[in-house]
Amino acid sequence: MGILKYFRALRPQKTATVAKERLQIIVAHERRLRQSPMFDYLPLLQREILEVVRKYVIVQDEHIKMHVEKEGEYEILELNITLPDMENRETD
Amino acid sequence: MGKIIVVTSGKGGVGKTTTSAAFASGLALRGHQTVVIDFDVGLRNLDLVMGCERRVVYDFVNVINGEGNLNQALIKDKRIESLFILPASQTRNKEALTIKGVARILEALKKRFEYIICDSPAGIEHGAIMAMYFSDEALIVTNPEVSSVRDSDRIIGMLSSKTRRAVQNLPPVKEHLLLTRYIPKRVNSGDMLSVQDVQDILAIPLLGVIPESKSVLQASNAGIPITLDKKSDAGQAYLNVVARFLGEDPPPREKKGFLTRWFGK
Repeated sequence: MGILKYFRALRPQKTATVAKERLQIIVAHERRLRQSPMFDYLPLLQREILEVVRKYVIVQDEHIKMHVEKEGEYEILELNITLPDMENRETD
Repeated sequence: MGKIIVVTSGKGGVGKTTTSAAFASGLALRGHQTVVIDFDVGLRNLDLVMGCERRVVYDFVNVINGEGNLNQALIKDKRIESLFILPASQTRNKEALTIKGVARILEALKKRFEYIICDSPAGIEHGAIMAMYFSDEALIVTNPEVSSVRDSDRIIGMLSSKTRRAVQNLPPVKEHLLLTRYIPKRVNSGDMLSVQDVQDILAIPLLGVIPESKSVLQASNAGIPITLDKKSDAGQAYLNVVARFLGEDPPPREKKGFLTRWFGK
């Protein structure tokens, strides 16, 4: 059985399967955006928050993560900023 | 009062106009008073597919602007009793359609017809919104192909937010999935999305599947709705779609052997 499974894994995935997986991901993502009224100003908000943080600490773009989640009637805006460790921390 | 049904897809070239012509003529063949309206202002083509392009005098925009009346603009089909076509304007742009103007004409049509089929333009702009705005039901025409499925999902989102039913908090537009240009052979070999795949992603009820067929191009070449071609597999599939829409349960099509083909049933 193990060998069979190994060869099955080697066989390239059918393109229809790839298509379905890609669609499921993108469609779910786009539905979330549509349902959230925040989506159109989210990128700008992210940039401005980053600018404020950068007045005090140097943070790379990829160290800020933001997403909106829906829980029941509430929408939760989650903001994650990873601060650099002490040696790399610079302040003006 | 008539029912308004929009034929929409987001993506272009998936078969909206073919479907509008086939579905409207299928309903009329069953004896229902039916009118099919071309909402693709500026790029009218329903008249060509229906074979009445030389009989267009007044169009949809003329009626909205009061330059002609509805009876002058409606073209009576020469083959099917109880089928009428309201052509789009070729010289204006889509902004010529206003909510008020469209509402007035649809109200008048609802008194006279049982089914009003609205052939939507491609895209998600003004023209497509006008076509779907007053709809009671929607046929979402989708090809088993990534861009078409994604755009259909977009359109489903708009049906639940940008239509009169959504805006006025009425019961939602009833959605039907219509999968067109389907090639079972390619689905079996794993390089085309299956009916089930598309249903899993879009999550709306399936009304029917139309096979990819040479006869569709032949019918549009000749200006004949595909439902009038008795020998066409696609035409037969559209007739089944109409039957299912009317609440019947048509048997799935079976392949006939050459003997039954020669000697009938």
